[in-house]
Amino acid sequence: MANLERIVITGVGLTSPIGDSLADLRKNLLHGVSGVSTFETRFMGEVLAGICSFDELKYQSRKERRRGTRAGAISVYCANEALHDARIDVSAFDRSRIGTYIGITEHGTVETENEIDAIRQYDYDTKFWSHHHNPRTVANNPAGEVTVNIGLRGPHYTIGAACAAGNAGLIQGVQMLRLGEVDLAICGGVSEAIRSFGIFASFAAQNALAKHDDPTKASRPFDMARNGIVVSEGGCLYTLERLSDAVRRDARIVAEIVGYAMNSDAADPVLPEPERMAECMTLAIERAGIGTGDVDIISTHATATETGDIQEADAIKRVFGDETKAKVNNTKSFIGHAMGAAGALELAGNLGSFDDGVVHATINITDPDPRCAVRNLVMNEPERVDKVNYILNNSFGMLGTNSTVVVRRFTG
Amino acid sequence: METGLKDKIEQQVRQIVLDIIAIVAPDADLSNVKPDVGLRDQLDMDSMDFLDIVMELRKRYKVEVPKEEYPQLATLKSCVEYLAPKLQAAAAV
Repeated sequence: MANLERIVITGVGLTSPIGDSLADLRKNLLHGVSGVSTFETRFMGEVLAGICSFDELKYQSRKERRRGTRAGAISVYCANEALHDARIDVSAFDRSRIGTYIGITEHGTVETENEIDAIRQYDYDTKFWSHHHNPRTVANNPAGEVTVNIGLRGPHYTIGAACAAGNAGLIQGVQMLRLGEVDLAICGGVSEAIRSFGIFASFAAQNALAKHDDPTKASRPFDMARNGIVVSEGGCLYTLERLSDAVRRDARIVAEIVGYAMNSDAADPVLPEPERMAECMTLAIERAGIGTGDVDIISTHATATETGDIQEADAIKRVFGDETKAKVNNTKSFIGHAMGAAGALELAGNLGSFDDGVVHATINITDPDPRCAVRNLVMNEPERVDKVNYILNNSFGMLGTNSTVVVRRFTG
Repeated sequence: METGLKDKIEQQVRQIVLDIIAIVAPDADLSNVKPDVGLRDQLDMDSMDFLDIVMELRKRYKVEVPKEEYPQLATLKSCVEYLAPKLQAAAAV
């Protein structure tokens, strides 16, 4: 692709079940720490979930938090943290040239469940329904709360791409920068999913909700004993800039986004299609201007469903064939499935490899399932490699939405 | 009504209003609310906040404030004057 501006990551802000900063997330990934615990929900009783514990009032007033949503709170936290990490003072920026693009799996279900529960005691009399419901449930709410909190005047919206949304938010940022729509993109993905009971009930109805006596062992992608998904909340937002702008302001550059792709399975509403997933990866690698033999880390989507892990392993084999370099890992084994935040968080967890040359593991593999065997799966303990130059980050979502992002270690 | 009783009722209503405002504007310092100055300006409250006050009155005290009468809630003093009879009526039911 000719003449596409180079796009770089200059800041990262995140909250996850194992840390509220990139440094803490990385440290806990390298130490095999799980963030899954028990969680009380309405109607479902006790389930397993990945819960975040960032300080909601670090960047929001009590009133802002009261009027907003948890997804908004996560977004505001991550956006502010990313801007600080990037050493960006928005007052020195043209605020109309800052865009906010946040991937979400779903939005509005938490608020709606809460409100219906709240008016139940009034016999469902709708005059007790909150005037805050609409601003809370509009799908752009998480991104909108960021713009109101920080005072950003550029475009903002969320992108619904199921579990591929985190990558999709990032991709939107890259595209908008290349189009010249904005000079700074705050982008990635967030999720408040655990605050609704419906998502747990629906996965349970599909026999896809993970169970284990030890919560830390419940999320087991690629393992024989895997029995489903751990639902998590979280968020990860990046500041992306055109390289020329980042250099001009002497920014610290975290990494470069060199390729991406999205496509659709056009097959089944729930079951993934390996051929299309493979095409997505292949396209991203092509656009990155590299070959499969250049990829150092494949950060898998794998959610620990029986079929999904098998389909992704199949897709990886189709793309990478006999290549022996790429190490394969999985973040969901540590933090569960952070839905809209997943792609963005899982990429973030791997970025440290560019500096420390270590590939974090996939934990909870005691008995690897031969049906989803992949070459070089890093199991249980991290592995040191010579150098990491390219990370390929997969996220695949319901209704067959596929996404792949390729990121390169920045050398100049 | 004798002054002593009227003052007592006003004090109770004043506290009811401040308790509700404390929920609606949780960051505000309520130790020095001037009774005659608009709550909007004093406590940085907007129309959504006033709807919150109306909702709390409805939920907690079964008091209804029609839209045309929202201006009665503009200051702490006007709130107390407007709500005292309504709260008494609601309590009597």
